[in-house]
Amino acid sequence: MLILGISLVLILIGLYAIITKRNMIKVAVGFALMEYAVNFLFAIIGFHKVPGMKIIPPILMEVKTTANVLSSYSDPVPQALVLTSIVIGLGVTAFMLSLALRIYNRIGSFDLDEIKRLKG
Amino acid sequence: MEILNALINITDKGAGFLHSIPALLIAIPLGAAFLAPILFKLWKRLAEIITGLAVTACLVLAIYLVLFLGNTPIVYTFSGGNWEFIQNLLPLGIVFVVDKLAAFMLLVVSILVFFAYLFGLKYLERFTGLGKYYTLYLLMFTGMIGLVMTGDLFNMFVFMEIAAISSYALVAFGTEPEELEAGFKYMVMGEIASIMILLSIAFIYSSTSTLNLAHLSYAFTQMQTQMASTPGFRAGFYFVLILLMFSFSLKAALVPFHSWLPDAHPSAPAPISALLSGVFIKVLGVYAMVRILYNVYGFSWESSPEVFTALIVLGLASIIAGSLLALNQKDYKRLLAYSSISQVGYIILGFGIGNLFALIGALAHILAHALGKGLLFLTSGSVVYRTGERDLGKLGGGLGKYMPWTSLTYNLGALSVAGIPPFLGFFSKMFIILGAIDLARVWDSDPSKPGWTMIAVAIIAGLFAVVTLGYLLKITNQVFWGKSEEKRTLKESPFIMVFAMVSLVVLLLAGGVAFFFWLKPELLGPAADVLLKGTKYGELVLPGLFGAGG
Repeated sequence: MLILGISLVLILIGLYAIITKRNMIKVAVGFALMEYAVNFLFAIIGFHKVPGMKIIPPILMEVKTTANVLSSYSDPVPQALVLTSIVIGLGVTAFMLSLALRIYNRIGSFDLDEIKRLKG
Repeated sequence: MEILNALINITDKGAGFLHSIPALLIAIPLGAAFLAPILFKLWKRLAEIITGLAVTACLVLAIYLVLFLGNTPIVYTFSGGNWEFIQNLLPLGIVFVVDKLAAFMLLVVSILVFFAYLFGLKYLERFTGLGKYYTLYLLMFTGMIGLVMTGDLFNMFVFMEIAAISSYALVAFGTEPEELEAGFKYMVMGEIASIMILLSIAFIYSSTSTLNLAHLSYAFTQMQTQMASTPGFRAGFYFVLILLMFSFSLKAALVPFHSWLPDAHPSAPAPISALLSGVFIKVLGVYAMVRILYNVYGFSWESSPEVFTALIVLGLASIIAGSLLALNQKDYKRLLAYSSISQVGYIILGFGIGNLFALIGALAHILAHALGKGLLFLTSGSVVYRTGERDLGKLGGGLGKYMPWTSLTYNLGALSVAGIPPFLGFFSKMFIILGAIDLARVWDSDPSKPGWTMIAVAIIAGLFAVVTLGYLLKITNQVFWGKSEEKRTLKESPFIMVFAMVSLVVLLLAGGVAFFFWLKPELLGPAADVLLKGTKYGELVLPGLFGAGG
């Protein structure tokens, strides 16, 4: 529950930055924060807590009875998925920053209020 | 050719060519996307040629699928290792599922992508960096195709991101300040939706331990008993559902999540505007939402009326707000963009009503609006190509004399989008309204349900079809008809652009004429049936699992 709470708070901080900040770089940082929070949550989902062991790798180690097969290793699927979504997040952040830089070169400002030309 | 044969051999598991089409549909545009910029360096035309080949091949494959797909869906699994023994029981590997609904969407996407490509051949001559343009174009195509075919929730997210990121880049492709601003705005909204989808995928995975859509539908049916007993679980379930509906509504630009669309769609080059308005919002927003609500969650009016009420409210809000905002626009493409919001509202309304009539109507409207709005955006490109002007006031009227084909195709396309017989747009709207009336008839026998609300919905839908005609004729009146003061030296657009526009008009007419003979029984009926069957989807895709689990 603590993990869930922390990541939801991080997501909301990111959302706050995206909605209220007028600087494009800060918006991009907000997006990065949101993505990391979601990735964090997703990666943590796959972990089991087994008494006596600190960290369980996603590898099937020793199996004593059939009952503890599932709890003897971490679920590898979320880790694989998070790896994919980190790559996607990298692409998104890179593209957003390059777009911001392109706007800066054209207008000379990172401020979203100064580039409001589209109306209607 | 050898690579192609090898690919077919790998994918062929005794079911023939038809079975390997999903792999080809992904591999062809994806491969061509990365070949295009390399070939562009050698000779400019080569990028166009390879894109043309890829787009044509996909169109042919989609038509082949529509014609020869049987009642059982194609389930194509791409897995490393020897997992075949468990394949029917548990979904392992990358799963593509092509059923009648997916085949229909593939056809819609590939038709419009093909004609937008033809139109772009001439239109894009004044742009630089066309090698990159074709890469992004094909990546967007790949993303949409993959999203339609995928049988896996996370792959749906990945393909959605492929399509979305390339569309952000394409919106900002002109690199004028306005276009960059629109691109940034679009990206902010789109990425919020994407992250929310990822978050809901995380929640879904944590409670079901699966991501395969068919397996998920099985897990959700098993979950019903758990839901009734634990209130906290029920709250979580609805939290995820609302998160998903919010994100897909944002992607589909339903009112009140529409603010990015009127900036983003007009800023792109005309063929991209046509694609974005024509198929992009429908595939990323509407198709994904409907697939999950109907086939994965298995909702129906009996089990969860609140979901369908929400869809109807969203649809009506989009129809009304989109139409009224469109009436007041002064920019050719911006008006069309607002019109798109309103027409997507009709589609969502159809899916919200959710009986056979309305589903057929909504699916037909996906086709009709893809062809119709695609055509209207292409005519805007044709006008911009010759005049360089989008402002309705500055265009000044009388263009019909100089550009007869553009004028003719615009007017016919506008008639179809507004819903005038014998065009396809008439039948789609008629079926949505018929669905509303049919639902009112069913509700009337039940005193607990207000039948008159559905009659009111039908009346609003009919009324706003007239408003649609009103704002579309505004362009006719201010651009194509009337007399301009100054003498102009304008010509009709080049042949290939006119050819693309005329072909779309012919398809709209043919769709209207063949609606009852071919389109409804062969294409739309089976596609709507897939949705009506609900969680039967899971049974068809994973027969072993459902056989074992009861």
